[in-house]
Amino acid sequence: MAAITPDEVRHVARLARLALGDEEVQRFAEQLDDILRAAARLQELNTEGVDPTFYPLPLHNVMRPDEVRPSLPREQVLHNAPDQENHMFKVPRIIEET
Amino acid sequence: MSDLRELLFASIEELSALLWQGEITARELAEAHLRQIERVDPAIHAYLTVVADRALEQAAEADRKLADHRKAASTGRASSPPQPAELSLLGIPWACKDVLCTRGVRTTCGSRILEHFVPPYSATVVERLDGAGAVMLGKVNMDEFAMGSSTENSAFGVTRNPWDLERVPGGSSGGSAAAVAAGEAVFSLGSDTGGSVRLPAAYCGTVGLKPTYGTVSRYGLIAFASSLDQVGPLTRTVRDAALVFQAIAGHDPLDSTSAPRPVGPVLEEVEKGVRGLKLGLAPEYFGEGLSPAIREAVLSAVRRLEREGAEVVEAHMPHLDYALPVYYLIAPSEASSNLARYDGVRYGLRTPGEDIIAQFSRTRRDGFGPEVKRRIMLGTYALSAGYYEAFYLKAQKVRTLIRRDFEEAFRSADVLVTPVSPTVPFRLGEKVEDPLQMYLTDIYTLSVNLAGLPGVSVPCGFSPETLPIGLQVIGPAFSEGRVLRVARAVERTVGAELTSGRRPAVAVNGR
Repeated sequence: MAAITPDEVRHVARLARLALGDEEVQRFAEQLDDILRAAARLQELNTEGVDPTFYPLPLHNVMRPDEVRPSLPREQVLHNAPDQENHMFKVPRIIEET
Repeated sequence: MSDLRELLFASIEELSALLWQGEITARELAEAHLRQIERVDPAIHAYLTVVADRALEQAAEADRKLADHRKAASTGRASSPPQPAELSLLGIPWACKDVLCTRGVRTTCGSRILEHFVPPYSATVVERLDGAGAVMLGKVNMDEFAMGSSTENSAFGVTRNPWDLERVPGGSSGGSAAAVAAGEAVFSLGSDTGGSVRLPAAYCGTVGLKPTYGTVSRYGLIAFASSLDQVGPLTRTVRDAALVFQAIAGHDPLDSTSAPRPVGPVLEEVEKGVRGLKLGLAPEYFGEGLSPAIREAVLSAVRRLEREGAEVVEAHMPHLDYALPVYYLIAPSEASSNLARYDGVRYGLRTPGEDIIAQFSRTRRDGFGPEVKRRIMLGTYALSAGYYEAFYLKAQKVRTLIRRDFEEAFRSADVLVTPVSPTVPFRLGEKVEDPLQMYLTDIYTLSVNLAGLPGVSVPCGFSPETLPIGLQVIGPAFSEGRVLRVARAVERTVGAELTSGRRPAVAVNGR
């Protein structure tokens, strides 16, 4: 298996929305490489025809009656927000001006 | 009761009896624990948040209820004393792992990203303990987002093992285990994704139960790996573990993975003894890497169980060796997805950026610690295009093989008996720089989570340097009563040697 390169680490970090410093990129490249090499042992096993176990117990969809129920008060929902305005969560502009 | 300090090491059952008899009040009990926290926690650092006022209010309410029950009994309206399972937690002080949401009480999950988070709701398990009249003393330390085996990954500093302050308490529920071992709580709740209740229980000399997946609600448990996480109790005795389990277990409509089935009378089952039970010993759990002291302590306990009438049968777990790589692909994959919600918009830390992507990325850079970042990266990699089938899907298929190993083993054995950890508690800092070595700590526990089974860690001896050793009992799904029954027999047969005055020195003498 090819070694994990710093560029791959930067690519994965972008996917994960995680800003990393150069030192972290280097360290993660080495550590992820070690861990994934150890994990490559799984390829020894023949799993043809074996179903994956995504959950240990059988799952079924749970539906509740479509009834209106009280929700948390808006002040409580916004209580933990780092920034808010007019009873809404505030984020940087995401629509560009033309 | 003249010496309240003695009560700091009593069981729930003993304390409940004293409360019902009026020998002590819930307020006295809460105050004694709050004093013990003040006295020993500067050395141990089990607690992240102590809620003294809330605890004393809950204790006062418990005292009112106790008085009402006693009055009803004396006027003949109550014909018999309340059943322990229903009311035995009334007035009992406990500690809550900071991974469980508590309405109005800061819940950090051991992370800077949630340092100031105050949930507007409580986890179902917390609601159930509140409803049972238990007294929550505070929130206890943990590895950040429950990722770790030593409680060294908390953003708020390490927790120390009460038996040796230079050693780790295990993780990720290290604060939960240390608090119970040091007399800072009568019981606690932890969460177990790959061994995080059982390992710290073993390292700190307490009982730790990881229930069958789906028996305890995950509503309000801050998610790490949703198909593996399960809340469980840490206690001083096996009977106490049964009591707390009965109080928190049961179907919860707020959790779609909650099993819609009733909880059996677990406490009634624990005293049935082991006569006629088949204990499976799998050589895969006793191979290279296991400390000789642990091997001897576990096998010695098994010999005692044989003398009590249990039968030892050989079992095999041919895929056990693969559990570690399976776990370290699946758990980080689920974590990378669960932790996507920490973006600095609705709650938690925010680091501003010039646009929203920069804001997300910088918030997560500043809010998460190294282990969490490592697992997010590993999980994102394993789930990304081109690697999904080779890593994530392959791991889920091998998980099926591990599950089948257990099914096969339980055809001939009623339970499996194994060590909890290959080593005694290691020194702080010893494995921090080497993630693969740290991950090996959970080698005997994590297959239980992959298969969704119940497992309990029960003290079975001490190493030559007086460090606790745990024994693990694993059973088929929904066999909590049976695994606790075996654990109770271990506790009873090795108990005299374990409890002959041995307590962590720091818990008795303070700093």
